[in-house]
Amino acid sequence: MLRLFALAATILAVSSGFSAGTRAEVTISISCSSLGIEQQLCQSGAEAWAQATGNTVKLVPTPADANERLALYQTLLAAQAKDIDVFQIDVIWPAILAPHLVDLSAILSEEDRADHFEVLIDNNTVDGKLVAMPWFMDAGLLYYRQDLLEKYGKQVPKTWAELAETAKAVLDGERQAGNANLQGYVWQGRAYEGLTCNALEWIASYGGGGIVDPDGTVTIDNPQAAAALEMARSWIGTISPRGVLSYAEEESRGVFQSGNAVFMRNWPYAWALANAADSPVKGKVGVAALPQGDGAEARHAAAMGGQNLAVSRYSAHPDEAADLVRYLTSAQEQKRRAQEGSFNPTLRSLYSDADLVTANPFYKDFLPIVESAVARPSTITGRRYNQVSSAFVRMVHGALSGQGAASASLVDLNSELERLSRGGNW
Amino acid sequence: MIRRHLGRLGFYVLIAGILLYVVFPFYWAIVSSLKTGSSLFQVELWPGNPTLDNYVALFREQPFARNILNSLIVAVVATGLSLFLALTAAYALGRIRFRGRTAMLLIILSVSMFPQIAVLSGLFDLIRAIGLYDTLSGLVLANLILTLPFVTWVLTTFMREMPRELEQAAIVDGASDWRILTRVFLPIMGPALSASGLLAFILAWNEFMFALTFTLSTEQRTVPVAIALISGATAYELPWGKVMAACVIVTVPLIVLVLALQRYIISGLTAGAVKG
Amino acid sequence: MTAAARKSAGGRAGLTLAQQRARVAWLFVAPMLVAVILVAAWPLGRTIAFSFTDAYLSDLENWQAVGIANYIALFQDPLWWRAVGTTLLFTIVSVGLETLLGLVIALTLNAHMPGRGLLRAAVLIPWAIPTVISAKMWGWMLHDLYGVVNAMLLKLGLIDAPWAWLAEPRLAFAAVVAVDVWKATPFMALLILAALQVLPREIYQAGKVDGVPPIRMFLRVTLPLIRPALLVAVIFRGLDAMRVFDVIYVLTGNNPATTTMSVYARQQLVDFQDVGYGSAAATSLFLIVAMATAIVITLGRVNVSAAGERR
Repeated sequence: MLRLFALAATILAVSSGFSAGTRAEVTISISCSSLGIEQQLCQSGAEAWAQATGNTVKLVPTPADANERLALYQTLLAAQAKDIDVFQIDVIWPAILAPHLVDLSAILSEEDRADHFEVLIDNNTVDGKLVAMPWFMDAGLLYYRQDLLEKYGKQVPKTWAELAETAKAVLDGERQAGNANLQGYVWQGRAYEGLTCNALEWIASYGGGGIVDPDGTVTIDNPQAAAALEMARSWIGTISPRGVLSYAEEESRGVFQSGNAVFMRNWPYAWALANAADSPVKGKVGVAALPQGDGAEARHAAAMGGQNLAVSRYSAHPDEAADLVRYLTSAQEQKRRAQEGSFNPTLRSLYSDADLVTANPFYKDFLPIVESAVARPSTITGRRYNQVSSAFVRMVHGALSGQGAASASLVDLNSELERLSRGGNW
Repeated sequence: MIRRHLGRLGFYVLIAGILLYVVFPFYWAIVSSLKTGSSLFQVELWPGNPTLDNYVALFREQPFARNILNSLIVAVVATGLSLFLALTAAYALGRIRFRGRTAMLLIILSVSMFPQIAVLSGLFDLIRAIGLYDTLSGLVLANLILTLPFVTWVLTTFMREMPRELEQAAIVDGASDWRILTRVFLPIMGPALSASGLLAFILAWNEFMFALTFTLSTEQRTVPVAIALISGATAYELPWGKVMAACVIVTVPLIVLVLALQRYIISGLTAGAVKG
Repeated sequence: MTAAARKSAGGRAGLTLAQQRARVAWLFVAPMLVAVILVAAWPLGRTIAFSFTDAYLSDLENWQAVGIANYIALFQDPLWWRAVGTTLLFTIVSVGLETLLGLVIALTLNAHMPGRGLLRAAVLIPWAIPTVISAKMWGWMLHDLYGVVNAMLLKLGLIDAPWAWLAEPRLAFAAVVAVDVWKATPFMALLILAALQVLPREIYQAGKVDGVPPIRMFLRVTLPLIRPALLVAVIFRGLDAMRVFDVIYVLTGNNPATTTMSVYARQQLVDFQDVGYGSAAATSLFLIVAMATAIVITLGRVNVSAAGERR
């Protein structure tokens, strides 16, 4: 028996031997996506910095799934682990992770600060500290089928009502012609963070506010918000399939890209894929700002997404780590990333950069969309953001699947958020 | 006679249905792994232009062979340790009367009653404290929390169901318990050992949350984590073809394992091995 | 041989045989026990302890004891009770189906028929694919517009319009059950098969000679004999099903129609960072699972106490 124990111990020891890593003098670990162009760009950028400064960088691949990534970060940071110095974090995480992150104000010059989109800097400023540097950004877009709109003599819709009407007209015509699979409008209706973005866009476009105001007041219970939700509910079963309530980004892209939808709401990533060589809708796709709602304060509204870089408070080399962040978020590096991987810059000046505009004509249309982007209320609600978002999603998903009137659910949500915030004091 | 044939037929139809249900998703994974780009969104029972690009990309872009080796090491060691620890314990729990036995079985069972996410951060502390963070040994240790209670219970049940006569003669001869265990029981525990061993192996092979949290470097990652790390050009894009290719690759070793082990799975007592 | 008879059979060093064997038993159990305590004691104890505090993930060192406040809040949350109901229904339906299918597969594999080696390997495939991936795969197959399931049902004329499998609350529940059954039936089948393998063949031969119909043979002889192993398989599947997380999370997100106790607990622990409250949810989950297990053990008369006393 003892011998067996010894054997087991040896196996354990041998398997642990595989762990020996290499550590140079100053090695900075940065979390990045693990495959594809995102990893290549992260690697080449970080290595260029390492070459210039004489340090070493180590890439730590992390899952693309936001929930898994957040769970991993939280476990590491709660244990004050030194293993990762620079974290790539989502736009909704700065307030959640703020206690573990260092203030990066020092590495942001005044002119760069002015060049960054204000909405991003505000988003990343928690209690007066800039806890993360904007790296690249996303905004919700309306994709449409140019060929179908032309065939039926329709304009790109400016309002949601026009969108519904156009979709209906095209659907009626195409379905009569035997195209039974065609859908009018696909978006992200699954009960997850993506639905928060979609619903926030509808509500903001109706002038219904952003769930919680920047000063902390819960504003969700208002007639404009109710009107926005009723409008979205009217789509289901008419211009949107019922299944849209289980779609995330890729499910909607699948429908649109296989030629089965007139309109789609999605992030900029779908552009390159819809125009890829093997795409059935290649060359037939246009993008525009998401339509306006109804009412006095109607506007175009795009939910803001994107990624930031942050430095861990437990890092052994916070200065070098911050310098790496400064390098990776600089105009030069953001331009390179935009050129090679179409990651949208967070610096206003790059949208009029000659090289970038020739490479990507869609950029000059993108600037006004980005300027009008609405941030989710993640900074003001701080560590309770996920609770707010989850309650919001539950309410919206319930209202869309037809359980109760939207206005009644808004009253419930309002009181739930009031309770969460203890009367607006987040 | 006709009724019997009809019954037979019905039975085969049922089996065929189950087989379809079980195997079709895997077939679909193979089909999807041979597609790229937009064709993934088309329903066709065999791809129009099958391509092996996904498989090539998988091994080129990351140390996938290394990941498979890691998974094998973790699963084999965790299973081996579990079987060894559980076998002696099951003998005691199943064949010997002693105080505290019932309580012990229930305590072991209760370890399997907590959601994995709840023990995650505690285990993380523990593994860091004993210096096994980012090592395969740490993963082996963590996997024991999943495999050990299960294997112990299964083996105990099987031990208990063995006829009493088995060890009586040996006890009268004054054989030690260790000897009874290794000479009398071990040879006839084949089906139970291989079934619970195989299930423990698969449990450890598939484990994701521990593997993601307790390892950090690419060289230490196991297969499920490596698959979860496969990402497209952006966070939203799911490179479905590559993910499916990875699934097919990791499933094949398990099928080979089952085919190799099946002699043991299906042998054991059937040939009248119970000699008393 | 009874314990009394055994006691008289021998006694080395002043100890009765029973005492001696009890010592050996502890020696045999010790390594396993040490391993379980080493791995599980701290994580489990920590979770239970945190459930009585207001600890937050961002700052785990500063917390205050709040007594049972977390539990009171939990028991007042209708979402928690809905999750409990969903979990129990999910467990009963999926484990029930898995047991039935597992029995059929195991009996088939146990019978002598050509090609059963391949069949056995085929049946294990679902178990071999990491759960996260298989859930995504099913999500893809169940897509209402380009999923292969709807395409086949439409072609066969079983439905006349695509079903929104993952969106309609009832269909979503059926879908997660179907995926879980697909995933876990092999586990059942293999454990039942192992139990069938150790049955003495003579009984069947006797039955055959007497002309007992196979179904009665199965109900009267086979089932009682494999019951202990079957119950262990059911218990462990039940434990897994009551803690189900990834299948549901990947397929339907936080859709309230399919939120289970684990999804709820994880949301509190990770997404909301509320370690105190989340630990209370995890501990309550543990208590509910423990109660359910106790009921199954009692009703099923699982033999936890007596060793080798049967027959």
